[in-house]
Amino acid sequence: MAAGVAAWLPFARAAAIGWMPVANCPMPLAPTEKNKRQDELIILNVSGRRFQTWRTTLERYPDTLLGSTEKEFFFNEDTKEYFFDRDPEVFRCILNFYRTGKLHYPRYECISAYDEELAFYGILPEIIGDCCYEEYKDRKRENAERLMDDNDSENNQEGSMPSLSFRQTMWRAFENPHTSTLALVFYYVTGFFIAVSVITNVVETVPCGTVPGNKELPCGERYAVAFFCLDTACVMIFTVEYLLRLFAAPSRYRFIRSVMSIIDVVAIMPYYIGLVMTNNEDVSGAFVTLRVFRVFRIFKFSRHSQGLRILGYTLKSCASELGFLLFSLTMAIIIFATVMFYAEKGSSASKFTSIPASFWYTIVTMTTLGYGDMVPKTIAGKIFGSICSLSGVLVIALPVPVIVSNFSRIYHQNQRADKRRAQKKARLARIRVAKTGSSNAYLHSKRNGLLNEALELTGSTEDEQHMTKGTSLIESQHHHLLHCLEKTTGLSYLVDDPLLSVRTSTIKNHEFIDEQLFEQNCMESSMQNYPSSRSPSLSSHHGLTTSCCSRRSKKTTHLPNSSVPATRLRSMQELSTIHIQCSEQPSLTTSRSSLNMKSDDGLRPNCKAAQITTAIISIPTPPALTPEGESRPPPPPPPPPGSPGHSTNISTATTTSNIVKVSAL
Amino acid sequence: ADTVEDEMEMATVRHRPEALELLEAQSKFTKKELQILYRGFKNECPSGVVNEETFKEIYSQFFPQGDSTTYAHFLFNAFDTDHNGSVSFEDFVMGLSILLRGTVQEKLNWAFNLYDINKDGYITKEEMLDIMKAIYDMMGKCTYPVLKEDAPRQHVETFFQKMDKNKDGVVTIDEFIESCQKDENIMRSMQLFENVI
Repeated sequence: MAAGVAAWLPFARAAAIGWMPVANCPMPLAPTEKNKRQDELIILNVSGRRFQTWRTTLERYPDTLLGSTEKEFFFNEDTKEYFFDRDPEVFRCILNFYRTGKLHYPRYECISAYDEELAFYGILPEIIGDCCYEEYKDRKRENAERLMDDNDSENNQEGSMPSLSFRQTMWRAFENPHTSTLALVFYYVTGFFIAVSVITNVVETVPCGTVPGNKELPCGERYAVAFFCLDTACVMIFTVEYLLRLFAAPSRYRFIRSVMSIIDVVAIMPYYIGLVMTNNEDVSGAFVTLRVFRVFRIFKFSRHSQGLRILGYTLKSCASELGFLLFSLTMAIIIFATVMFYAEKGSSASKFTSIPASFWYTIVTMTTLGYGDMVPKTIAGKIFGSICSLSGVLVIALPVPVIVSNFSRIYHQNQRADKRRAQKKARLARIRVAKTGSSNAYLHSKRNGLLNEALELTGSTEDEQHMTKGTSLIESQHHHLLHCLEKTTGLSYLVDDPLLSVRTSTIKNHEFIDEQLFEQNCMESSMQNYPSSRSPSLSSHHGLTTSCCSRRSKKTTHLPNSSVPATRLRSMQELSTIHIQCSEQPSLTTSRSSLNMKSDDGLRPNCKAAQITTAIISIPTPPALTPEGESRPPPPPPPPPGSPGHSTNISTATTTSNIVKVSAL
Repeated sequence: ADTVEDEMEMATVRHRPEALELLEAQSKFTKKELQILYRGFKNECPSGVVNEETFKEIYSQFFPQGDSTTYAHFLFNAFDTDHNGSVSFEDFVMGLSILLRGTVQEKLNWAFNLYDINKDGYITKEEMLDIMKAIYDMMGKCTYPVLKEDAPRQHVETFFQKMDKNKDGVVTIDEFIESCQKDENIMRSMQLFENVI
């Protein structure tokens, strides 16, 4: 619940009077304020700067430092103020959170200092408002990356790594050449050989000198042996490198699939294929084509150049924009090529032999290259040709800068949008959890409250101390309000059990005690009658009985997180329908007996027989009921074995007020 | 030009409540209570008036699981006694004064006024059905037992059986007050929120 809205809780509760005439069953009692203090100003002294606020303002968030009793540790008796030796600037934001319910992140503040303050005051950063959340997350991520980089470089400089396997050392050496001298040597050697390989490929084709016979030979054929030796050497180095990387890779499958390894393979394949292949005329043509792939060796440089990698990544991520540009260009080309073809069809000896042939003309014209190898001869062709060149300017030249700037803008925007979407999803999930948490808190506190009372009844003080972690007054009032709504409609809030069981885990250590207690109560109260007018209240606590009974069965079946089985709920349904009917017949005996009988039908096999009794809800009963207490109502069969001392408890039932001895179903 | 000015006027509507002494005299709250009420009121509505949207928003915060807009609408109409579309602090205080410090008669009167949607002095079954559906809506979908389609209608039938003495299909204020006074539960629950402030 938001902070400011807590101030409207009295209004919401008062408005609940509108449900009262409609409700069929009586309302639960309101939580009493144990020590109702008048709202007072408290002084918070933060490093000398004094802040003042109402006590209730701080108590809006009871799970933070300032809202809970934790701040008492900082109370200075002499000056009657709370002293915090922390940053007053950040405290301003934190105090505003209590006041307005929104936590803001001041941009001038260092992110880690802010985080520390939030952690100190027990405030989750997820509460930061939408206006500041993105900034906060961005800076946090930046900071984390920076720290990570720092850590990495620190580690590298240290050089003293814990015992890595040989394989892991090798992989690290490959990935980061600065780790050791050997890696550096390897790095430079491979780089050198890549350069050598690329240069030989280039030089191979240069004509160098003539051979007797007046034929210009390319160097590759003149010094064939030398080039072959160079090629072999390079390929051997590359093969060895590839195999070493394959061996050292932590995930070989992933390594094989990675782009760099594919480039490696493509770079060395032609050589091996050439070795394997015979000097057949048919395949030599294909073989020559394969040699082209040797140029891919130049891409191996991307391991050596960070910039190349970034460029490749950028292109990859702008692929959609580039694709769209290509697509629109293709559209224009096809249109104009078609037009030019049909326009030039008439002229003789026209170069525009087909539409695909016109593609070349269109492309050359649109990009304003204008080689002049294909020119239109007819007038129509010339007109359309000029339109084509003009539109080419528009289609290509204008959008290109826009697209280029769009690249960076859209790229960054996409990144931010994805980020925001992911963050939003996570935040919404958290908010949902908090929402269900609040209703869980309600069910939980219902349980707690009743357990508290049950414990109080049996007077076991040591258990009481366990239950001292009570909910704040506002929470209990809110829960009371929800409880009233439940009563009015005769329905009850249902919550996914896993969450409930998460909460119940906090009182796991009391499970055993509770069960004992309940069994005790059930035994005692097995033969109890109950004041008739309270009969319909059973349903109000079936939620409780559900949870405690399901826990009981959980104990036997060792399924701590199982959701409430549907079969159990059916019995609850019977009970709840009973109570609606009961309210229409306020006569004493009939309701009591009908409830008794129905509750017997609600026997569930899992529960022990001893626990099947009727619920007893006592209210400040008029003494007139005590004589009735003597006459026993028809006992629920089967009678609990050896139910002792039931008569003695009748008096306790009438004297205690608002205690629910819950019997399980 | 008119619309722009109108818009500016709407945006800067400020309402200052009457003096504290006056409010103290008119309502049954003490000065301190009024101070607390006003601080909370002003926090959520800095402009000094609550319009229906804000009202619905505030009310829905208390019932996260269900849809409380319909009921909040009826509630708003009940508080907005002069029907000018906004609830000022005076309306707020007067309403709360009745609910928290009024006599049982006054409270029942207020409840009757809430149920009587068209304020004609009679609660018809349709009006009651609307109210009932609104209340059930607040519970939301995840309830146990699962809400049946005709549960509100049945509830209305129960209500009319109890309240409509002369079985003429409508409940008048006298029937209502009389029936409520006979019902112990209702009487008791009316006192429930005495110590809310």
